[in-house]
Amino acid sequence: MSWLTNFVRPKLQALVRRNDVPDNLWDKCPQCQQMIFHRELEANLRVCPQCNHHLRLACKQRLELLFDDGKYERLDLPKSEIDPLKFRDTKRYVDRLKEYQTKTGEADAVRVAFGTMGGEPVVAAVFDFEFMGGSMGSAVGDGLIAAADLAVKRTAALIVVPASGGARMQEGILSLMQMPRTIIAVDAVKEAGLPYLVLLTDPTTGGVSASFAMLGDVALAEPGAIIGFAGSRVIEETIREKLPEGFQRAEYLLEHGMIDLVVQRRDIRDTLIRVIGLLRRPVLPDADTALAASDDSGNRI
Amino acid sequence: MPTFLDFEKPIAEIEGKIEELRHRGEKGEAGSAEEMVRLQQRADKLLRQTYAKLTAWQKTLVARHPDRPHFTDYVRALIRDFVPLSGDRTFANDLAILGGIGRFRGRAVMIVGHEKGADTASRLRHNFAMARPEGYRKVQRLMAMADHFRLPVVTLVDTPGAYPGVDAEARGQAQAIARCIETCLDIRVPLVAAVIGEGGSGGAIALAAANHIVMLEYAVYSVISPEGCASILWRAANQAQAAAEALKLTAADLRELGVIDAIVGEPVGGAHRGPQETIAAIGDHIEKTLADLAKLDGDSLRAGRRRKFLDMGKKALA
Repeated sequence: MSWLTNFVRPKLQALVRRNDVPDNLWDKCPQCQQMIFHRELEANLRVCPQCNHHLRLACKQRLELLFDDGKYERLDLPKSEIDPLKFRDTKRYVDRLKEYQTKTGEADAVRVAFGTMGGEPVVAAVFDFEFMGGSMGSAVGDGLIAAADLAVKRTAALIVVPASGGARMQEGILSLMQMPRTIIAVDAVKEAGLPYLVLLTDPTTGGVSASFAMLGDVALAEPGAIIGFAGSRVIEETIREKLPEGFQRAEYLLEHGMIDLVVQRRDIRDTLIRVIGLLRRPVLPDADTALAASDDSGNRI
Repeated sequence: MPTFLDFEKPIAEIEGKIEELRHRGEKGEAGSAEEMVRLQQRADKLLRQTYAKLTAWQKTLVARHPDRPHFTDYVRALIRDFVPLSGDRTFANDLAILGGIGRFRGRAVMIVGHEKGADTASRLRHNFAMARPEGYRKVQRLMAMADHFRLPVVTLVDTPGAYPGVDAEARGQAQAIARCIETCLDIRVPLVAAVIGEGGSGGAIALAAANHIVMLEYAVYSVISPEGCASILWRAANQAQAAAEALKLTAADLRELGVIDAIVGEPVGGAHRGPQETIAAIGDHIEKTLADLAKLDGDSLRAGRRRKFLDMGKKALA
């Protein structure tokens, strides 16, 4: 064996290289496999210019996209008790949690922010799919309860943007209990007469879809997002058939009457502003009426 | 001949011998009576010992035992003047969930629950208690009706989970479950849930967001089946035993976590070895609970139910 093959590269080089060479100059669209210039993809809100595939959006970008001037206030979430079951699979749950907390710099899979949209006060709760698949345990439930409380307190609309595989198994039955808990939370917003809007993003499944996510006054979805209760693999194993084309996609749900609108990412903010404006300001002052009449940009269907 | 579970094999062997002796006795062969008594004592002792230290996985198997009493058995034993109510008034009548009005120990109630079926034909008819959206929508309808007529609602939970199928998804399985939970949380009449067998995930909580939740001793209640959990987290379906332990799905564990309010004991060897005594014991517990809840007005019942779930999990932390 030659000494060359045994030679171990100094670790330092790996560190230096990461900083020197931008390795994400190009991104590959997971749908059409097209190589896209990184900056072009970001400028296009992470939507493939070639095939319109909506890639996942980080929470920070999502919040900036929603709020006026991209400005918002983050709500500090109450500290939730972790690992009530002392759960351990191939790894301890507490260790797994710590890993994700280190990786993301966040406590759990939901971020809550307050700001304005088209001048109207809005509380947004956005799921982070990068944090354990956006799974819903006690911390996520507590986060949604805090978001709903804040919306009621500030008479703001509540927008929830799920991206989640469902309940967090490592919290066992207590993750299942987040289903009634989050429903109680969003119902408080509805009872206060405030709009509760849901923007379903890829994926919204399991215990998340079967609770607060399907109860929006208005339900929007991003194109192509997977939305459903049971996972497609489980269904295939149960019925032993191939699933129909486009099954559990946003467009499929629209066709089956489960959601109101499938909205392109670039139009989401304007659509939500329009909905909130209509629901919260049913009668416009005279001056605004004249203004609204001259603006027919919102009349597309 | 009852169905024996894998871990009951030694007991099955002894009971097989007893059966054989009884057979011989009937044919007039002498000397078997004493032996039979001795064997029966051994079988009883072994059963007691086995059931005194069941693992979470073994309890899961008992909860799924094919001879375990199901919804129909409870209704037959506990409800008089039962009037079955069918259909969601939109699409179909899902037989995975049954319901109706009837008189329970003097009190008119709405009773709703999963039905697993008792033989192959009825299991297929009830789809093994795996409901489709129309099942959960029927529950919403019946609960709203109970609310309207101020009838307390009793639910019996016994399902592997909601049905995972293309048709179920197309008709909005997720939405149907979400609305069903919302209805449970919304009604202004007492709602008591009893987990009598398997409490399978979303399909179970859809009927169990109740004022009071009671479980049978060997029933299980979980966010996912041990098999499903094992195949996802361990990537090995044969780790179901380990997953069952980790999930804390037994009645005793859930009482500890503050997720359920009470446990009703089962006969040694499980509910199927004494179905009538099990059903009566659940009946007694529900009767007492309904009497307590009847003292509260509609708003307090609704608010109390909501507070209970918002606080859930806090007990596990204390």
